[in-house]
Amino acid sequence: MLDWLFPSPSERRLLGEARLRGPTAWVIAIMSFSIVIIGAAGLALANTAGVLTRAIEARYSIQVPAGGGNVEALLATVRSVPGVNSAAAVPESEMRRTLERWLGPAAQSTELPVPALVDFDVSSGAKLQEVASRVHAVAPEAKIAAHREAVGPLLHSLRLLQWVAFGLVLLLSAAASAAVVLAARGALDTHRFTIEVMHGIGATDVQVTRLFQRKIAIDALVGSIAGAAVAGLVLLALAAGASFAGELTGGATLSGADFLILLLLPLALTALATWVARTAVLAALRKAL
Amino acid sequence: MARRVPCARLERDKQLTQVAEFDSVGLRYGTGAEVLRDLDFRLAHGGFYFLTGPSGAGKTSLLKLLYLAQRPTRGRIRLFGEELSDARREVLPNFRRRIGVVFQDFRLIRHLSAFDNIALPLRIAGATDEQVEGPVREMLAWVGLADRASARPPTLSGGEQQRVAIARAVINRPDLLVADEPTGNVDAAMAQRLLHLFSALNRQGTTVVVATHDVGLISATPGAQLIRIENGGIADPTGTLRNPPRSRR
Repeated sequence: MLDWLFPSPSERRLLGEARLRGPTAWVIAIMSFSIVIIGAAGLALANTAGVLTRAIEARYSIQVPAGGGNVEALLATVRSVPGVNSAAAVPESEMRRTLERWLGPAAQSTELPVPALVDFDVSSGAKLQEVASRVHAVAPEAKIAAHREAVGPLLHSLRLLQWVAFGLVLLLSAAASAAVVLAARGALDTHRFTIEVMHGIGATDVQVTRLFQRKIAIDALVGSIAGAAVAGLVLLALAAGASFAGELTGGATLSGADFLILLLLPLALTALATWVARTAVLAALRKAL
Repeated sequence: MARRVPCARLERDKQLTQVAEFDSVGLRYGTGAEVLRDLDFRLAHGGFYFLTGPSGAGKTSLLKLLYLAQRPTRGRIRLFGEELSDARREVLPNFRRRIGVVFQDFRLIRHLSAFDNIALPLRIAGATDEQVEGPVREMLAWVGLADRASARPPTLSGGEQQRVAIARAVINRPDLLVADEPTGNVDAAMAQRLLHLFSALNRQGTTVVVATHDVGLISATPGAQLIRIENGGIADPTGTLRNPPRSRR
């Protein structure tokens, strides 16, 4: 099945020693570089969305607008509800530091009322209604909010970006395929005479196609591996200099499976280019008698 | 020059009396006028034919129909007992492998050596590099180019290129040999040798069709028949084709 990859010396001589004309390998290298970078970004976005989802799925906040006079009672109440795994009050100083970014020194003023805030995590069987009724018994004005509702738009954007990355990978693959089609047609034009002679002597389309398929496969393999190697270096440099990104995304990184996918991308691109070249050459040959 | 032929095909070919049958065949290129019209003739198995006629009469076009480089625009062509006028193109390579062609312009592949050019039909038929070595060396010696095996066509003279083209056409011992002006670029002695080669192949059962203006070549082949083309048609459609043509007797 893959014997076309290993032609005899006489078969190699049929199209001459020169490699295929044109920048096929370069175009594929650029496409491969872009595909790996965008693929890595897409996978990282998917992981980030996963980490965020896991982190906030079971997390809720209790907000008491009047302030923190009864925070300790509130904490004790929440912790007493079955299914609540943990509960912690957000220190007032931390909230004032946060407000300081918008309000400046005025945020430290004791005249500025700061709400009490309690975060709690629940297990899957927890009854939120019971939490709410007990909380309202202690602090009637308290509001309970799910973190996932607040972060929902961000998660939605992350997932959208992930699909955009996936779409870009497909678009770049299509562009690489188009470049291969052009290269195949150019090669056919260059070797039209040889093809006519071979056909006249009784060569089948498949015999002629093998010659071009191998050359384009080699160009595609060289280009895609070179592009992926440069992309790998760029990703390493980014990873080394961007530990802050890990903090921002809750420690989301590329997993072993992700690296395997990224390694397979250039090989998939080579396989696609080879198949496209074969199809393009066969289609062009069918136009002749 | 040994060649394996399936037994079933051998049996069938023995029963064939006609290698080629043309019935009301016409050919036009694009929307132009017909360059060949109403061709009705048969080529007998093992026959030797000369195709003659003035330049532009349609000899090369007729040969193209014979070696399956063109389809007729009307009429029927049967080759080796098979109707091929509108046959699927996938079946044509098998028939082309049974036809040796000497092109007027040689059509040698410039970047291949004389050896590789001659070996091409064998390799296309599936022979390995080891299997082609002996027959090709033998053929090179026969056409007097043993010492030019590695030369590429641009470095060969016109006559040498023609001999390589002829060697390529006959290396596979074809059932039908079609030659378009095969002696146009060789001296008289080489022309004689080539004619002997064609005759030897013919004696072994190959049907030979040679398009030529060379009266000497025709007269040196007494058993051959003539097909004279004029204005796209066969000039003597009702009479028996023979050598010399009736008009010259």
